[in-house]
Amino acid sequence: MRRRGLLSALLSHAVLLAGAVLMAAPFLWMLLTSIRPPEEVFGAVFNLVPTRFAGIENYGAALSQSNLPRAMLNGAIVCLGILAVQLLFAIPAAYALAKLRFRGREWLFGLVLFGLCVPIQVPALPLYLGLAQAGLLDSFFALMAPFALTVFGMFLFRQFFRSYPDEVLDAARLDGMGEFEIVWRLATPAALPAIAAFSIFSIVAHWNDLYWPLIVVTSSGRSVPPLAMLAFRDTETGGNYGALMAAAALTTAPLIIGFFAARRAFLRGITMTGPR
Amino acid sequence: MNRAKALAGAAFAAPAFALMLALLIGPLLVLLVLSVTDYRLGALAVRFVGLGHYAALFEDAVFRRALQNTFLYVAFVLPGAVFGGLGIALLVHARTRTRSFYEIVYFLPVTSTLVAMATVWQFMLHPSLGPVSAAFAALGFAGIDLLNDPRLALGTIALIGLWQQIGFNMVLFLAGLSAIPRDLYEAAALDGAGGGADRFLRVTWPLLGPTTMFVTITSTIAAFKVFDTVAVLTKGGPLGSTETLLYVLYLEGFQYFRTGYAAAMTIVLLAFLIILSIIQARVIDRRVHYA
Repeated sequence: MRRRGLLSALLSHAVLLAGAVLMAAPFLWMLLTSIRPPEEVFGAVFNLVPTRFAGIENYGAALSQSNLPRAMLNGAIVCLGILAVQLLFAIPAAYALAKLRFRGREWLFGLVLFGLCVPIQVPALPLYLGLAQAGLLDSFFALMAPFALTVFGMFLFRQFFRSYPDEVLDAARLDGMGEFEIVWRLATPAALPAIAAFSIFSIVAHWNDLYWPLIVVTSSGRSVPPLAMLAFRDTETGGNYGALMAAAALTTAPLIIGFFAARRAFLRGITMTGPR
Repeated sequence: MNRAKALAGAAFAAPAFALMLALLIGPLLVLLVLSVTDYRLGALAVRFVGLGHYAALFEDAVFRRALQNTFLYVAFVLPGAVFGGLGIALLVHARTRTRSFYEIVYFLPVTSTLVAMATVWQFMLHPSLGPVSAAFAALGFAGIDLLNDPRLALGTIALIGLWQQIGFNMVLFLAGLSAIPRDLYEAAALDGAGGGADRFLRVTWPLLGPTTMFVTITSTIAAFKVFDTVAVLTKGGPLGSTETLLYVLYLEGFQYFRTGYAAAMTIVLLAFLIILSIIQARVIDRRVHYA
């Protein structure tokens, strides 16, 4: 019995390790190439680990020849801006949907459920026309505006607020707290776990988003990481792969570092939300 | 008190409702109107064309091919994403000390930026410089160009999609597995379900049913919306073999500016997504009953 347990454990490790190598291979290749000198990328002799450390020149080239520093700053501004506006709008609305009776509540909730199955690609065309009409294309406003509304956040926070005890709310009201105060000083702190999970979901989604920036951004001054990454690849016709891989590593680094720092929160934030 | 609550409720909901009108309902109505016109960005005169675009769509060889490619892509990714995700979850769930190590490695592609990682894949698949081609050459398949061969490109994109999606499903299945009560396995053992396969078929698989359904639908929707890898790696080529729905929609709407036509295409896309979401909602309802 014990022998069989050992054997099956070994077998399962073998399968899992083989899969893990496949999963991790692009990351390892990216990191190894990002410190590999050009003569070894193109050279006839292959060494898995570079014989000469060329990380400084590769990362230096990625930072100085691409638009990445600017794009990463823009990406951070856009992600945090979107998140702030989303929370500002979604939290009170979700509280109202969960705890307050008002006319049209069922309608609004129905719209939220409907909105859950509508990705950005659907309203993109009219939103683009509207922004073009208003002369607002290629701006931070254009990058952020479509995402100010988060039906997903409204749905998530509503579920969370529904389980918040009514007795506490009534006691707060008897103490003379207004609904506005209740939302921001009572309900919001209680919902912090949900807010944290949602924040991770939102930041990951918008840091990685390619579709919408591809449509509205035309100048390098408004570029975001995925666009800068693409542009750098397209100008790198000479094939400085070390620098290209360094750029890829820089683009994806903030999320991966975040994942390592807060693994549980990331797993919860990304999976409880579904792939949207 | 109730009046005050109703007033506050309306006041809290109003800003979100206004956003909904501006960013969701309004655009959808505009889309419906555009889809029956021949509007092009910048055009001065607009003509009503009725359902002409919708009829043209299903005659359009490019759109039909994109539809076919998208379904093929989903068919390629789905089995691996669901059963692969389940298999990995089963193995990882049985581990104790190494569990978080495997969790991290398999989840890494989900958290990374797909555009950046697609660039890495492109380099890995480079016909002369990439390690994958070198490995193929060592096995006797020299000269294979996975991204530029029309017979292989869609499958290659699908494998990259699977690489990106599988860890997500693993985590969902892990959650499903932890929710199965221990004593059910003991009860099954008393009933004579001894071996691992027996336990899996009599306890794990039936109890995971709702999770499996949920994972299947979310994976379908995610695969249906494939865009980034196509835009980065193949731009629909070679010979249109990787043109997918969203990529063709992007080209029509924002490169060729055939706005009316693209609007009709968007409505068709939305119809597909609504059907998938209705199935998903039913699955979630079932999930609540089981749990």
